[in-house]
Amino acid sequence: MDLLAQLMTSFIATGAFGILFNAPKETLIKCGLIGMGGWLIYYVLAAYSDNAVLATLAATIFIAVLSQQLAKFYKTPVIIFSVAGIIPLVPGGLAYDAMRNFVENDYNTAIALAAKVFMLAGTIAFGLVFSEVINQIIRKITDFKREKLNS
Amino acid sequence: MPKNFDLIKLIDNVEIMGEKMEKKVEQTYEIIEVCLLAGKIMLQSGAETYRVEDTMVRIAAAFGLGKTHSYVTPTVIIFSAEGMEPTKTKLMRISERSTDLKKIAMVNSISRSISSGEINLKEAMEQLNEMNSMDVSFPFMIQVAAAALASGCFMIMFSGGWNDFVPAVISGGMGYLSFVYFHRFVSVKFFSEFLASFVIGLLAFLFVKIGVGQQLDKIIIGSVMPLVPGLLVTNAIRDLMAGHLVAGLSKGAEAFLTAFAIGAGIAVVVSFA
Repeated sequence: MDLLAQLMTSFIATGAFGILFNAPKETLIKCGLIGMGGWLIYYVLAAYSDNAVLATLAATIFIAVLSQQLAKFYKTPVIIFSVAGIIPLVPGGLAYDAMRNFVENDYNTAIALAAKVFMLAGTIAFGLVFSEVINQIIRKITDFKREKLNS
Repeated sequence: MPKNFDLIKLIDNVEIMGEKMEKKVEQTYEIIEVCLLAGKIMLQSGAETYRVEDTMVRIAAAFGLGKTHSYVTPTVIIFSAEGMEPTKTKLMRISERSTDLKKIAMVNSISRSISSGEINLKEAMEQLNEMNSMDVSFPFMIQVAAAALASGCFMIMFSGGWNDFVPAVISGGMGYLSFVYFHRFVSVKFFSEFLASFVIGLLAFLFVKIGVGQQLDKIIIGSVMPLVPGLLVTNAIRDLMAGHLVAGLSKGAEAFLTAFAIGAGIAVVVSFA
């Protein structure tokens, strides 16, 4: 029941963020589905392994790979599909918590939280770059094979 | 007087050559203009730095300008084209940035049709100009409704209870609404973010005070999500990894300022509560 609520809310939240980012109308549902898939992976992994970094990495790679395939299929930039899906994973709540502790003069907690934010944001960026590199390698290998066949 | 005659011919030739050269120079300028306009629209719509550079170089190459260099940061685009004539460079200042995925997709499709040779220079310029002045965003009230709904949903996703759903929806929607309205009056983004998060904090506090909401923290975290610079933080680190050091650092600074504004706005409420 809890999982069902998470799925529903993540779908609506990512779709709504698609509207805020002014994604094309026909991609809103796909954005929502990508975000839902990513959040499902994050939620389950974070609950079972208790490691937010690992869960974020897995969810980011899932979102990035799926977005790249969709982008190739619909001939649009990758960012259209990936942006809204990434948003739930972004440590916005943590960043807010860190900032709140800063302005409340509790610097020790604030620094610890800020370091965590930096780690998570870095993980998301790493996941995005990582899946892009994998995509490039696959493309190069297929190009290479095709050239070999032709020659 | 044959000598004089030759001289006149020579002058004529030089003049013809000059005209030809001028035409070519003008065309190069037009190509640079199209590239810069495309880059400007993309950057203002929040495209990644590498995509902006890549698109501009591609458009130039499609029009026959092989040797080009582009340098993109969040606030400026510099584009230069080498060729037979002296190298030409143009600069464009970017002051306003937002996220508009639809425009990125539209510029992308125009750049595609330029690359495949479907449209020429003049048509490309017309289409880009038309797009630059066009407003393709969703109606304002739908945006506010989306922000409100997203706030409520995020509150649930961050393991809040369902009885805080309505307070989060209302304060999130009001926060986004006040952000947009404050931003119309005050052009300093930092200040409008500060005021918007102040409104969110105040509303959440009032909801908890009159007993409609339970957990103040969860309501606030859900409601500030539409304002939080999550995308900026991720893009900043990604730019740094891709080697766009200046772009990455300045995006990181912008994200830090936004996060600070939001934190400060909430803190004002929390410290007085």
